[in-house]
Amino acid sequence: MMLARVIGTVVATRKEEALTGIKLLLIQPLSAERQPAGKPLVALDSVGAGVSEDVFYVRGREAAFPFLPGEPPADAAIVGIIDHWNL
Amino acid sequence: MILGRVVGTVVATRKDERLVGTKLLLVRTTDPAGKDESGYMVAVDTVDAGAHERVLVVTGSSARMASGLKDTPVDAAIVGIIDTVDVEPGR
Repeated sequence: MMLARVIGTVVATRKEEALTGIKLLLIQPLSAERQPAGKPLVALDSVGAGVSEDVFYVRGREAAFPFLPGEPPADAAIVGIIDHWNL
Repeated sequence: MILGRVVGTVVATRKDERLVGTKLLLVRTTDPAGKDESGYMVAVDTVDAGAHERVLVVTGSSARMASGLKDTPVDAAIVGIIDTVDVEPGR
């Protein structure tokens, strides 16, 4: 899992049926030093995260697991909201 | 998922038989503001996207979870058509 900051929201009316009702958030991956690392991406939200919160997210097939028994086509999902982290 | 824009279509007569009947589109990756980036990919379209539309593309093994793509040899699928992207002010 990786650290990221929620920087925006994405709205898509026409989409895969399995994605219906799932919030899509734009996240900016972060380095451990809290610097932007890489390009922003769109992740499914499974924990009720919001803009400007720090989160951790999972990539790959596992991104669909929070939504079981649903099987949305997901390659990134926010699975936790970070209170704080220390190096 | 990554943000992209449909820039073209791909036609292939000879292909893996599990890809028969799929619609292949050429997608250029964009930044959240919609500005084109240098990358592109060929993606299977499952939501009937059209030329120039901004789309959500799921990549990797997750692409096979899009409808009708179970056990097909794909690594990118268009799963949504973007209405809006709102970015936090100052980003």
